[in-house]
Amino acid sequence: MTKKHISFQLNGRPVDALVEPRELLVHVIREQLGLTGTHIGCETSHCGACTIDLNGDSVKACTVLAMQADGGDVMTVEGLADNGALHPLQEAFMQEHGLQCGFCTPGMLIRAYRFLKKNPNPSDEEIRTGMSGNLCRCTGYQNIIKAVKAAAEKMQSA
Amino acid sequence: MIPSEFEYHAPHSVAEAITLLTQYPEEARLLAGGHSLLPMMKLRFAEPAHLIDINGIKELKGISEQGNVIRIGAMTTESELIDSALLNEKCPLIPAVARLIADPQVRNRGTIGGDIVHGDPGNDHPAVMLALDARFILQGPEGERTVPANGFFLGTYSVGMAADEILTAILVPVFASSTGYGFNKLKRKTGDFATAASSVVVQLQGESCADIRIALTNAGPCAFRAEAAEDLLKGQVITDALIEQAAQKVMAACEPDEDLRGDAEYKTHMSAEMARRSIRDALTKAKG
Ligand SMILES: Cc1cc2nc3c(=O)[nH]c(=O)nc-3n(C[C@H](O)[C@H](O)[C@H](O)COP(=O)(O)OP(=O)(O)OC[C@H]3O[C@@H](n4cnc5c(N)ncnc54)[C@H](O)[C@@H]3O)c2cc1C
Ligand code: FES
Ligand code: FES
Repeated sequence: MTKKHISFQLNGRPVDALVEPRELLVHVIREQLGLTGTHIGCETSHCGACTIDLNGDSVKACTVLAMQADGGDVMTVEGLADNGALHPLQEAFMQEHGLQCGFCTPGMLIRAYRFLKKNPNPSDEEIRTGMSGNLCRCTGYQNIIKAVKAAAEKMQSA
Repeated sequence: MIPSEFEYHAPHSVAEAITLLTQYPEEARLLAGGHSLLPMMKLRFAEPAHLIDINGIKELKGISEQGNVIRIGAMTTESELIDSALLNEKCPLIPAVARLIADPQVRNRGTIGGDIVHGDPGNDHPAVMLALDARFILQGPEGERTVPANGFFLGTYSVGMAADEILTAILVPVFASSTGYGFNKLKRKTGDFATAASSVVVQLQGESCADIRIALTNAGPCAFRAEAAEDLLKGQVITDALIEQAAQKVMAACEPDEDLRGDAEYKTHMSAEMARRSIRDALTKAKG
């Protein structure tokens, strides 16, 4: 099958890739572009570990074709920190023990990033609904909710 | 896990997409949100040789009011339905249903058109369309036709449209006064399809029921209306006793498959319970 040339913005930088149409965006990000922060859990659009930001919306990159990112704007967990300074969400996940094994964390962080952009001052209930597409097998979620809340407060006061 | 090989097309107009569909009969499939189709392609349940991505077709997007009808472009996402001020004001049943479909990420991609056409008995919009008495605009090589939702859902993965047709828009009526809706969905957890769900729209004339539509999700091979239950309530002042009789008629109409969500008997009872609650909610809103 002939490969197609695509280009898009990845964490603010232009990137190119040569892809088969059947390749999924998560595979191209991890394997070709070398950013392995975005994880693959279920590959069936259930777990949210592969969540990225595509054109300003959270999506599950295991269920988007790489072709569909052509000309688009993608942000992954690697785009959160600013020159080595952690994003308030990353700080808050550390402070509030929002992770244990860390497998779900990149998806949680990048989802929480977009969620707080759209709802900067959420209630606990809104955080639960907003984060409901991301599964965690370790934490029991309480500390994740606390971390998102703490980050929201910090970002509000900044 | 990736799909088998296909050629990818990204048309910019409905006409272009239809040309592609007629060019590759039997071999082409439309890609909308991809949240039913791509998982099926990964599992080789679907192996189209040509994939026609309709996400770049602007004319398939958007929600607008046209007289007492709201027109919803087929490529409108669940998130856009939830955020639509127009729908929340004039047809709030649709955002209420969209809020309970899947999760935020899936709702950013999944479209109302894909949900209607896909044909999984667990899809929520088909029953909503039946309850609303919606109409669908289909476009094909011979032009455009408008068909009622009633009669469109034929069976599992089977709807009343040809392989070279595209669903372009959905027409739903603006809620009139004295009209109310109810939607209740039982699911095991976020991201799961309904164990049972029911959508009801009722119109009152004074105290009595002028019209009612009771539709069910995942209670048979496809979404359907419990017409015997509707007939029992039409023209009546709806009492608790009548709702109970209607619930029995709903149960008689259900034929769900047994799966991990429960056996047929359990699902049948839950379908009736969702219908009871939706009838009560619809009445309260209609009186409101
Ligand atoms: C984790 C998860 C949970 C889910 N839970 C629910 C739920 O609770 N309720 C629910 O209703 N759905 C649920 N879904 C399904 C989801 O809503 C899908 O998005 C939807 O079924 C299909 O819409 P789509 O836009 O993704 O279509 P696609 O997957 O792109 O397409 C589905 C089918 O429809 C055809 N098609 C699409 N658009 C058109 C068109 N305009 N004209 C003609 N044919 C077209 C395609 O060719 C394909 O055959 C869930 C999905 C996931 C992954
Ligand atoms: S890997 Fe994409 S949702 Fe699980
Ligand atoms: S920290 Fe282990 S899965 Fe969430």
